[in-house]
Amino acid sequence: MANGNALLDAQDVTIRFGGLTAVSHFNLTIQPHELVGLIGPNGAGKTTVFNMLTGVYKPTEGEICVGGVSTHDFKPYQITALGVARTFQNIRLFKELSVLDNVKIGGHIHYKYAGTSAVLHTNRFHAAEETAEKEAFDLLKIFGLESRADYYAKNLPYGDQRRLEIARALAARPKLLLLDEPAAGLNDRETLDLMETIHDIRDRFDIAILVIEHNMELVMGICERIIVLSFGKTIAQGTPDEVRANPVVVEAYLGEPAEAAGL
Amino acid sequence: MTKSFPWWLRDFLWLALFVAVLIGLAYGLEAIPIAGIAYYNRILVIMGINITLAVSLNIINGHAGQFSLGHAGFMAVGAYFSAYLTFYHFAPRLEKIPEGTEQWLMQNVYLLIAVLCGGLLAAFAGYLVGLPSLRLRGDYLAIVTLGFGEIIRVFILNIDKIGAARGFSGIPHWSNFFWVFFVCGLTVLVSWRLVQSSVGRAFLAVREDQIAAEAMGVDTTRYKVKAFVIGSFFAGVAGGLYAHYTMYLNPQAFMFVKSFEVVAMVVLGGLGSISGSVVAAVILTFLPEGLRPVKDFMPGGRDPRMVIYSLMLIVLMLTRPQGLLGRRELWQVLRRRKDAVPVDNKEDEGSAPIQ
Repeated sequence: MANGNALLDAQDVTIRFGGLTAVSHFNLTIQPHELVGLIGPNGAGKTTVFNMLTGVYKPTEGEICVGGVSTHDFKPYQITALGVARTFQNIRLFKELSVLDNVKIGGHIHYKYAGTSAVLHTNRFHAAEETAEKEAFDLLKIFGLESRADYYAKNLPYGDQRRLEIARALAARPKLLLLDEPAAGLNDRETLDLMETIHDIRDRFDIAILVIEHNMELVMGICERIIVLSFGKTIAQGTPDEVRANPVVVEAYLGEPAEAAGL
Repeated sequence: MTKSFPWWLRDFLWLALFVAVLIGLAYGLEAIPIAGIAYYNRILVIMGINITLAVSLNIINGHAGQFSLGHAGFMAVGAYFSAYLTFYHFAPRLEKIPEGTEQWLMQNVYLLIAVLCGGLLAAFAGYLVGLPSLRLRGDYLAIVTLGFGEIIRVFILNIDKIGAARGFSGIPHWSNFFWVFFVCGLTVLVSWRLVQSSVGRAFLAVREDQIAAEAMGVDTTRYKVKAFVIGSFFAGVAGGLYAHYTMYLNPQAFMFVKSFEVVAMVVLGGLGSISGSVVAAVILTFLPEGLRPVKDFMPGGRDPRMVIYSLMLIVLMLTRPQGLLGRRELWQVLRRRKDAVPVDNKEDEGSAPIQ
């Protein structure tokens, strides 16, 4: 690929569902430590892009490379092992499990051991479980959830559930974190907190973040680079200021007053 | 856990204690001077087998969330294969050994080998059934496993060497209280330790949300098959012990009704709760037996116990659809969970919009 040390490199990615081209000729390169935003009106194909990057969908054309490895034949869990973790637009926590267990499962690829170790309680089991417990608590502390470690995930308030999802994704120790509308359903104050958190975890864990968001304030506030999708096509990209000034973008958002007001 | 104490030594001491208690119980129960103690003993042994079946099915249905209706099939594989090994290979060899300690020892060794082989073949059957579960979910998987159980039964029905429709008789009575409860304890222990480990967490993650589990790096395919293999292994072992206890096997005993019986235990106890499965298996084994005297109070000597049994099941499921213990374990229910947050706290979710 053109860019050897890029974390993620999507070249000319197209996906069709029957006759519908959901995303066409999508290009994206993400360098380490970058904070990139992906925006667009409803139905533009943003989440479809996420699903292709994480292996849920296979692109019809084009190639996606993570850390120089083509992920074409990879299943989602193998892509996670390459260092890509994600959150979901409609929260997908393990609802009936404790907050702590949610984070521990997030780190599954790092703590797993054979079933026989588990049954015999070998030293390997104790070592792995101790690490899992410690790392999970460390993450919960960052998100201020450690006092609720014993709660069922479904019993957390909504905002905490969103944060827990991010904590769970971080437990996989990703190099690239994909956030799918992390601010959906949050109020203004919570959104501001979230912006700070996203910035903070980028620096603390030294990872790159790709964020899908409807909330313009959030995207413009923290992203260094923004890509605008509309009807599956990339209509603009650049710094927040460039994108904001781009007439094509304004046009795409017209008819969606709530979004246009933010521009 | 204290690190100075090696893990194998601690486990070994517990195992020794467990075995000692079991041996004591086995002899103690035989010695109780009540009329018909053999009958009670028999119910206890059946109970132990049912607990093993319920706890092993709970790994598949409760932990990994793969609805299987084929447990009787796995049990049949283990029962028939171990009975076959014993009848045609081990029993003739044992006869050549003169009576005494050596014979007694070899009998138990042969029993273990036969039962273990039965479990392994059942595990292989579980692997085969686990494969379609990669594609199928929920009801569809239930139907496939139901069909698989029936296929096994019909298959057995057509093999003359193991008795076909006549049933397989002449299996030596090698299994006993000790072995049944030893395996029972082992199943509970394995199931409990698995669910407390990364393997068990992966099972639970698959049950809760497959897409999220996959995104967290859990190879869902592998863990689903793993759950099937582990669950059916113990079902096969339980079947082997059953065969060597009743000394007679009939394909009729492994109809889908048997699978439903085990599913009823798991669901009644609470899907995903190990102690729930144990409690429900105990109740559902004793209930039909305990209801026998009711007949004496009925006019005309009709036996209403199965009616009462079914009514009790219906009432229980209506009043506690999540099962006796829900997803918790017995001690969690008794002591109440630390988080006093009500389970239905839809009001205090604050700024939650509906997605």
